[in-house]
Amino acid sequence: MSWVPTIALFFVAWLAVFAQTQFPPVARALGMVPGLIPALLVYAALTTHLAVVGGLAVFAALSLDSLSASRLGVSLAPMFTVVFVIHTRQHLILRDQLYAQFWLGLGAGLFVPLATLALLSLGQVPPISGAATIWHLLLSALTNGLMCPAFFRIFDALRNTFDYQPVTESSFRPDRQIKRGRN
Amino acid sequence: MFKRAHYVALGTITVLLLVLLNLPPNTAGRFKLAVSGLFLPLFGLAGSGQSFVDRASYSLLTRDTLIGEVERLRKENEQLRLANSQARDTLAENARLRASLGWAPRAPWKLHPSHVIGREPTTFWRVIAIDYGSRDGAQVNQPVLTSEGLVGRIRSVEPTQSKVALIGDPECGVSVIVSETRDNAVIQEARSAAVGDGFVVLRTLQNSPGILAGHNVVTSGLGGVFPKGIPVGQIVDARSVDSGLYTEARVKLAANLNRLEEVWVLTQ
Repeated sequence: MSWVPTIALFFVAWLAVFAQTQFPPVARALGMVPGLIPALLVYAALTTHLAVVGGLAVFAALSLDSLSASRLGVSLAPMFTVVFVIHTRQHLILRDQLYAQFWLGLGAGLFVPLATLALLSLGQVPPISGAATIWHLLLSALTNGLMCPAFFRIFDALRNTFDYQPVTESSFRPDRQIKRGRN
Repeated sequence: MFKRAHYVALGTITVLLLVLLNLPPNTAGRFKLAVSGLFLPLFGLAGSGQSFVDRASYSLLTRDTLIGEVERLRKENEQLRLANSQARDTLAENARLRASLGWAPRAPWKLHPSHVIGREPTTFWRVIAIDYGSRDGAQVNQPVLTSEGLVGRIRSVEPTQSKVALIGDPECGVSVIVSETRDNAVIQEARSAAVGDGFVVLRTLQNSPGILAGHNVVTSGLGGVFPKGIPVGQIVDARSVDSGLYTEARVKLAANLNRLEEVWVLTQ
């Protein structure tokens, strides 16, 4: 197995977390810069080993909490829940189907911020929430639903390029070839 | 059913989570600092990209536009010089009166300029990051403002940057006074982390029917974080709440929190 697709996953997570702190015009227009980490976690949970996807969830959660005013570690539980549930049920999921990718991305995009908000609400300083939070949650869900199939296309192409291709054995055996003729 | 690897992963994450959530604030802060250090190259790259785009956009301006801009700035400069000389007279008069009454003289504001380099990645807080850190003398609770008015206060400090809690964030309580009626009030936390509307709600400490639309709101100086007299905004509408015990008013903020690029940190 090549490590390039795995490194690419972490690299995209790094960029995605940073992107959430930038792009003021997008923040002004939509009220937020939607995060793409949930969609990335869905792809990783259906494609890679548990150690890799767990590491990705830890990296993304700690990075997000470090750049945020939220308590350190508060994003970890929702993110790991998503990857753990999907990874343990991956044999039941039609990962190549577009609608499955969309709905999984949508669900993860809704669950991660909602669960984080619920956990933050248990703290001493409750976070800001109101009617606009519903819009933010819907936007996050929709963005991740749309981006999840895109991640599948991009990372599958990368995996096909860099992973070692399996050796296919032919059923043809020269020593069993029936030779016709008079000799 | 779960395999052994699943139980190991679940156990590891649970332990990690418990450790992280129970870290003392100082240790958690240092941990955050270490992890956010991974993003310093990207912050540097974004800053360089922004300045490159700015320079490129300047080179596209025509000579006529630049001459017009210089003229406009020259006129503005003259007006400001006049206003400054008037203000200096008033300041001297104020100092004389304070001295005659035996009051301590007001310390002048010392301001440090800084750039906004990032925003809160989640939608749960109203926070921005500025390129003014402990190396430059940044300290927690220093007020942050623009030429229009108050922006917020420094909430946490790192060597090269600081996080600023904006007005409306739960970590940025502001004690204010309505200039026209002298009613004391506090700015309440916002209902949305998005700062697009530019409104906050203030609540007075008693019913104040005299508060009307158009009245100015400035910091009261109570609480010790914000000095007295920083403009906060203007009342848009007011109403009595809790059976007439208090007054709540919507305030249009003087500073446009949605378009912050450069801010001033009040260092003294």
